[in-house]
Amino acid sequence: MAFASKSPWVIHYDGSSCNGCDIEVLATLCPGFDGERFGVINTGNPKHADIFLVTGSVNEQNIGVIKEIYNQMLEPKVVVACGICACTGGVFHDCYNVLGGVDAAIPVDVYAPGCAVRPEQLIDAIVAGVAALDEKSAALKAARKGA
Amino acid sequence: MTLLTTLIGTLLFAVAGPVVGCLLAGLDRVISARMQGRVGPPVLQPYYDVRKLFEKERVSVNSVEGVYVACALLFALLAGGIFFSGGNLLMCVFVITLSSLFFIMAAYSTRSPYAEVGAARETLQVMSYEPMVLLMAVAFFQAANSFDVAAVLRLDHPIVCTIWLVFLGVLFILTIKLRKSPFDLALSHHAHQEIVRGVTTEMSGPVLGMVEIMHWCENVLFMGWIGMFFVWANPVSIVIAILIVALVYFLEIWIDNNFARVKWQFMFKSAWLVALIAGGVNVAFLAFL
Repeated sequence: MAFASKSPWVIHYDGSSCNGCDIEVLATLCPGFDGERFGVINTGNPKHADIFLVTGSVNEQNIGVIKEIYNQMLEPKVVVACGICACTGGVFHDCYNVLGGVDAAIPVDVYAPGCAVRPEQLIDAIVAGVAALDEKSAALKAARKGA
Repeated sequence: MTLLTTLIGTLLFAVAGPVVGCLLAGLDRVISARMQGRVGPPVLQPYYDVRKLFEKERVSVNSVEGVYVACALLFALLAGGIFFSGGNLLMCVFVITLSSLFFIMAAYSTRSPYAEVGAARETLQVMSYEPMVLLMAVAFFQAANSFDVAAVLRLDHPIVCTIWLVFLGVLFILTIKLRKSPFDLALSHHAHQEIVRGVTTEMSGPVLGMVEIMHWCENVLFMGWIGMFFVWANPVSIVIAILIVALVYFLEIWIDNNFARVKWQFMFKSAWLVALIAGGVNVAFLAFL
């Protein structure tokens, strides 16, 4: 039995979002939607987190930060691109300074489009992320046994 | 014989302590959620969290951090074993302080700025509550004529009758010991951010899991201290003690949810003032009158 899906701790990073998606991400974690029902806790520390929620597109300024947070997170870990900017670059995709969506920097597991992305959709994305987390956890366990 | 009892007590506490502590932590989270108008997690959520942490990748900034945390857990178990096997209360106090020191060393060993802030704050917390804890042991000796916890089982009345002022003082520093707001400076369970996750900033995966288990065991031990005040020769008193412990823990949850975190200066001054007034007056009264 994998316990990764029973306690998904999330970390939230605002790439270059207009804050629309950030507000929705925080609203998702507020008492109204009560993410803690599913064990979701908002951490400020990449070393404690399992799910990485990124909002906004990737540019030269933040690509280093996104990679750093991702690298500090421990396996098994899952990345959720929150909002259309984080998925593809959105309306900013052809700006001279925009590199693209989050997948331009790190591997993304779940895409949650929307402008801004709604809490209901974010909960769906986190649930999809949790399934991916279980798969990765099982793969890690198998690799450990094999080694 | 004493050594053997302590060893058996420690082994039993190593099994029962985490189980009771885990359920206590789970109830704490559910009750906190209800106080905030939420449904909250399942009661076994802390157990799921720790199991998940042990499934995570093993990464550490150095090799001694894990050893220090393991020592902290080991001494917390030993302190619990000494206490619940009816051993020496003063020794129990020293061993649990040693456990805190190992935890602080673990945080300092990582050389991370956030962990160092946490370690400094944790040191301040130890400095704040320690005088009251030591005075509790002294007052216990005055009330029970022995440092052995088992001595309460031979008394005609609970020790709280003679050292109720000390009990109130211990109640005050209990909030610091249980890492509850307003005194959760070094390590908070709410709104995780770098500074308030201080001590554990660099701890991850299984090491963080061990910290959680240590915290459960510590909580059970401290609630045991509270229960100790209400036990006497009558076996019914154990039921009364458990009820009072439940009430005190509920009070702590209520305080946790209703008070904002204070600055360390206030924590330090108020804890020493309480130790001086509640502890000092009570000890002096018993010593000279």
